[in-house]
Amino acid sequence: MSADLTTINDLYEKINSDPHELDDPNVAHLVIDHNKVLGQHLVPGLHMEVDELEDGIKAVMRLDDNTVLEKQVHLCFGMYPEKGVQRIVMDVTIGKNARISLLSHCVFPYAIDVQHIMHGQIRIGENSEYSYFERHVHSPKGGVKVYPNAKIEIGKGATFKTEFELIRGRVGLIDIDYEATCHAESILEMNTRISGKADDVIKVKEIGHLVGEHAKGVLTSKIAVRESARAEVYNELTASAAYARGHVDCSEIVQDNGIVSAIPIVKVEHPKAHITHEAAIGSVDNKQLETLMSRGLSEDDAVELIISGLLSRKKK
Amino acid sequence: MGVLEVKGLSLNLDGKSILNRLNIDFWEGHVHAVVGPNGAGKSTLASTIMGLSGYRDFEGDIIFKGESIKELDVNERAKRRITLAWQEPARFEGLTIRDFIRSSAKDKSVDNIKNTLEEVGLDGDEYLMRAVDKTLSGGERKKVELASILAMEPEVAILDEPDSGIDIESIERIFEAVKVLKSKGTTVIMITHSLAVLNQAEHAFLMCNGTIVDKGVTDKIRNYFEDKCIPCPHKNIPRAAETGGRA
Repeated sequence: MSADLTTINDLYEKINSDPHELDDPNVAHLVIDHNKVLGQHLVPGLHMEVDELEDGIKAVMRLDDNTVLEKQVHLCFGMYPEKGVQRIVMDVTIGKNARISLLSHCVFPYAIDVQHIMHGQIRIGENSEYSYFERHVHSPKGGVKVYPNAKIEIGKGATFKTEFELIRGRVGLIDIDYEATCHAESILEMNTRISGKADDVIKVKEIGHLVGEHAKGVLTSKIAVRESARAEVYNELTASAAYARGHVDCSEIVQDNGIVSAIPIVKVEHPKAHITHEAAIGSVDNKQLETLMSRGLSEDDAVELIISGLLSRKKK
Repeated sequence: MGVLEVKGLSLNLDGKSILNRLNIDFWEGHVHAVVGPNGAGKSTLASTIMGLSGYRDFEGDIIFKGESIKELDVNERAKRRITLAWQEPARFEGLTIRDFIRSSAKDKSVDNIKNTLEEVGLDGDEYLMRAVDKTLSGGERKKVELASILAMEPEVAILDEPDSGIDIESIERIFEAVKVLKSKGTTVIMITHSLAVLNQAEHAFLMCNGTIVDKGVTDKIRNYFEDKCIPCPHKNIPRAAETGGRA
C-alpha cells in the first residue's frame, strides 16, 4: 500500500468513514494532507485545477451549466503534523441549472499548534443548487486555530446551503466569517453547530444580504460552551428588496463558567420585506434535566444528552 | 405496609402551605389514583416524591422499601426505579425518540424501543428517528413520555394527568400501557381529575387542601365525581368544570 493510500485510509478512519467510498467512479473527490494532493477524481461536468502551495493548496472548481451530480463530492483536508499552517484557497463557480452537494471533512487529529485557513469565493449560477456540509474533527488538545471565510454570490433562483459542524474533539479557536449576497428568488441557509469546552474560543460571523425580490435567508447557530469556553456569535441579515424573507435563529447553551454573547442584526430596508429573529441563551433547561434524571441519568450525562441533541444534524 | 410510604409530609411553597401532614401508603404492584380539585396539592405530591428541585425542603419522610429517600437526588431515586411522567413533558430539540427512550431503557435494543412505542400506539418505524421536539403534538409527546417509562421498567411510576392532551381514540392505549406496567409488577400512581383514569385504579385517594380527605377502593372515591365532593374543611371549592358539572 502506498504512503498516500495509507494516509487516506487513516484520515477516513478518523472521520468514521469508509475510504472505499472513493472507489466509486461516480464519486468525485479531493483529498489533501497539508499541501499535498493525495487523491483526486473528477466526474463529467466537474472541473478542478489544484495547485500545491508552500503552505496549502489553491483549488479552482467549476461545474458546467446543466450538470447535476447525483452523488456527493467528497473533500478531505487533513493535517497530520502537530504544528504548521494549512491554507486552502477555493475558487468555485457553479454554472446555470446545475446541482452539486459537497461533503467536506477537515481533520487535525494530532494538532498542538496548527492553523487551518480557508478562503472561499463561491459563485452560484441561476437556478443552481449548491450544498456544502463541513465537519471538523480536531485533536483533544485544543491546539487548532481555524479561520474559514467565504464570500458567496447566489444567482437568481439559486440555492446555497452550508452546514458547519464541530462537535468532536476540542475547538481550540475557530473564527468563521461568511458573507452571502442573495439575488432574486434565491435561497440562503447557513447552519452552524459547535461545541466548546476548556478554554476554547468560538467566533461566528455570518452575514446575508437579501438584495433580490423574493430572496429568502435563514441563519441558524447552535453553540454549546462548557467549562471556560467562550463564544461570540454575530448574525446579520438584511433585506432590501420586496418580498424578501429571512429568519435568524440562535440557540446557545452555557454551562459552568462558559460565556456566550450573541449579536443578531436584522435590518429591513424595504416595506414589503420581512425578517424575524429568535434567540435562546442560557443553561440547560431544568425541566429537561430533571426529566432525564428522573429516568436515572446523572446530571452530567443528562446535560451531555441534551447538548448532543441540540447540536445534532437536523433531519431533512 | 406499602412499598412507598409518605409519612406526615408537610411542604410550604412561597410561605403557603401546600401539603399538610399528609400520609399515604402505596401498595406494591397496585394501581392507585390520587384525585382532587385544582390546587389540592396532587402534582406537588408527585414532584415531592420524585425529589424535583423546589420540592426538597419538607417535613416528614418518604420511605421506599423501608429506606428513607428524603435526602436522595432525583436520579438516585430513579436508580431505585422510581420515576415520573410529567403532565406536560419537556421537549428536547434535536434529540431523537430513539435516544430519549434508550437513555432510560432497561433493554436498550432498537426492537425493544420500537415495541414500547407500539404499546402506546405509535408506529415504531415512523417515530423512532423523529425528534422529541415541537414537531410532536402534545398527545404524541405524552405517548413518547409514557413509552420511556415503559422501557425503564420502573418499580414505581407516577403518571401526572396521563390522559391530558390525549385524543379519545388513544386513551384506551394509554390505559393498556398502565396495564402493562401493572403486569410487570410496577406500582402505578396516577394523578388525575378524570373519572376515566380513576376507573383504571384499584385504590384511590381523595386529596384536598394538601391532605387526604378520603381513601379506599375506587368505587368509594368515584362518588366524588358522580355525586358530591366529600365534606371536608377545604378552602379549594372545585369548579363545576373540574367535577363533571357538579361542585
